[in-house]
Amino acid sequence: MKIIVPVQFVPDLVEELVVDERGDRLDPYTIRWKLNEFDDHAIEEAILIKEKYGGEVTVAAPDFEGVEDALYGAAAKGADRLVRLGADFEDGANAHALACLFLPVINEFKPDLVLTGVQAYNHLDGSLGALLAAHLDWPYVGYISGVQPGSQSVSVRKEYPGGLTAVFEAALPAVLGIQAAETPPRYVPIAKIRQVMKTSRIEEREGALERAGGIAPTRLVPPETGSKATMLAGDIDQVADQLITILRQQGLV
Amino acid sequence: MAGVETDSQLSMSASEPIAVIGNDEQLRHCIQCGMCSGVCPLGYLMDFPPTRMIAALRSRTFERVVRSDTIWLCVACSACTTVCPTQIPLTRNLMTWTKEERVLNGEIPEELQAALENSQRYGNPQGESPRKRTDWSRGIESLVPVMGRDTRQADILWFVGDYASYHQRVQPATRTLALLMYRLGVNFAILGPEESSDGDSQRLAGERGLFELLAEKNGRAMRKYKFREILTTDPHAYNALKNEYPQLGISYPVRHYTEFLAERLDAIRPRLVRPLKAKVTYHDPCYLGRVNGIYDAPRQLLQAIPELELVEMPHHRQTSLCCGGGGGGMWLDGFQWEKAHVRLSEWRVREAVNTGAEILAVACPYEASRFEDATKTVKNAESLLVRDVIELFADAIEPLKGGEL
Repeated sequence: MKIIVPVQFVPDLVEELVVDERGDRLDPYTIRWKLNEFDDHAIEEAILIKEKYGGEVTVAAPDFEGVEDALYGAAAKGADRLVRLGADFEDGANAHALACLFLPVINEFKPDLVLTGVQAYNHLDGSLGALLAAHLDWPYVGYISGVQPGSQSVSVRKEYPGGLTAVFEAALPAVLGIQAAETPPRYVPIAKIRQVMKTSRIEEREGALERAGGIAPTRLVPPETGSKATMLAGDIDQVADQLITILRQQGLV
Repeated sequence: MAGVETDSQLSMSASEPIAVIGNDEQLRHCIQCGMCSGVCPLGYLMDFPPTRMIAALRSRTFERVVRSDTIWLCVACSACTTVCPTQIPLTRNLMTWTKEERVLNGEIPEELQAALENSQRYGNPQGESPRKRTDWSRGIESLVPVMGRDTRQADILWFVGDYASYHQRVQPATRTLALLMYRLGVNFAILGPEESSDGDSQRLAGERGLFELLAEKNGRAMRKYKFREILTTDPHAYNALKNEYPQLGISYPVRHYTEFLAERLDAIRPRLVRPLKAKVTYHDPCYLGRVNGIYDAPRQLLQAIPELELVEMPHHRQTSLCCGGGGGGMWLDGFQWEKAHVRLSEWRVREAVNTGAEILAVACPYEASRFEDATKTVKNAESLLVRDVIELFADAIEPLKGGEL
């Protein structure tokens, strides 16, 4: 089974988000990029499949800050090939642009499965997996938390609200949007990363970002604080009385 | 894992720990007296307490030891090492190497994994922004010079540490020490955002590579600036800087703040005018006391406070009980509770209550929150106050005069 995992980076929410002077994007100089959490699950799922059924895992990533950490981290987990995609990312890259960027790599590697993280919180224009599948004209199933490959098709498990689980069969090659790997992403000790940094090679590919398609924000603003919560003061009986009055006023009791 | 370098001289091979254990001569000195297992606070819950680990090594069945997850109950308190009659460095070697083997095999409790991943990415186990490492000094920034931003040299480099920098319960004590150093006219600076976790607890939790990575980062930052010695608030940082960093070529004189202040006690004593009429008991942190032999300095500071009565708990100085936070214990509370259904911090607080003390004094930033939590669950402990030695000491100093900060 040949698997490719195209990953992307999202702004690290541990750092403060600052809207830059242009007003339609985050300040690129204060963003700290990190690997999209769902993509981390997609890498893990790919490695789990490889460990169970054999095969080859390729991880491809756009050349953002932190790309080497992400790629070597994946290699330390068991990824076989690492690809870095160079392009002009000054203005970031929406899902449409990333799909066009990854497309030639997928065509070059001819995988049986493409695993993507099901979503990324900085994307406003849909999920990368679905867009890739549309370009490739392959089947796509998203929100996957279990993958069982067969020879011609793949059986996938998708969870629905209310505790329902559906099992789908998709013909190979296929694109899957991974919600959660079957076991959480494993820990990668630094000693292992240092080892793979000596033995692994990152393959370079150059691409161009297609800016057409998708949507572009016209204005970005931090959420405004509306009215704040009212704090009820007094002892426990006074607070209870006030609470009852409020609930009565609202017609709730 | 930001900042991993390929050309590092320190990288160890991924299959080393188990081979190291097998070849360790010191472990052959074991006389199987069992004192290590007996003194271990959680040894009775381990599948393989230290004595049985060494027995397994001799019978060539050590893989059974590595398969058991109860090694994560080890809080690296060094009680076993201290009682060993043949002086085998059990904590630093056998216990830690066994954890290293599990880490390299990826067999690691989830909550510990999060702390290690945070340390890789953010340089602190809490997962806070490195840019916010100086936030504790908000309001007194002008008194806390940051290397690289405000100055490039100082007499003292203050290595603040993770919990003293980020933990809300500990930040007031950190601010207190900053103000005290300012009032004493100490010429100091901090590394600020360039400071990373000292890495000692990560090392003792079995992540040697991460420890080396963090040490290298700190070493690189320190080499950029000029200073005479390092002062630290954190016994774990103290231990790393004193005993571990020199082996990586990062060597500076280092002192814990209690030592630093005790040396200046004669000069400060006339200013200690505000009495504290209270019974106080002092908890020896493992990495200040048992591991590094600093027992007197914190007691001298407490006894210099007018009217303070210092009482000792049954376990004190060398026999002090661990708060439960060492060796990764800070990040294994859920795991330990699940396995043990006891909390070491509660044992300690029970002892403190039984001395009749009103205040439990601490000198390690791991302890305040652990013991304070325990006062909420231990019987008759509701009124026990947990205070850092620095807070009690600073409170005793003459009030600020008009115009003085």
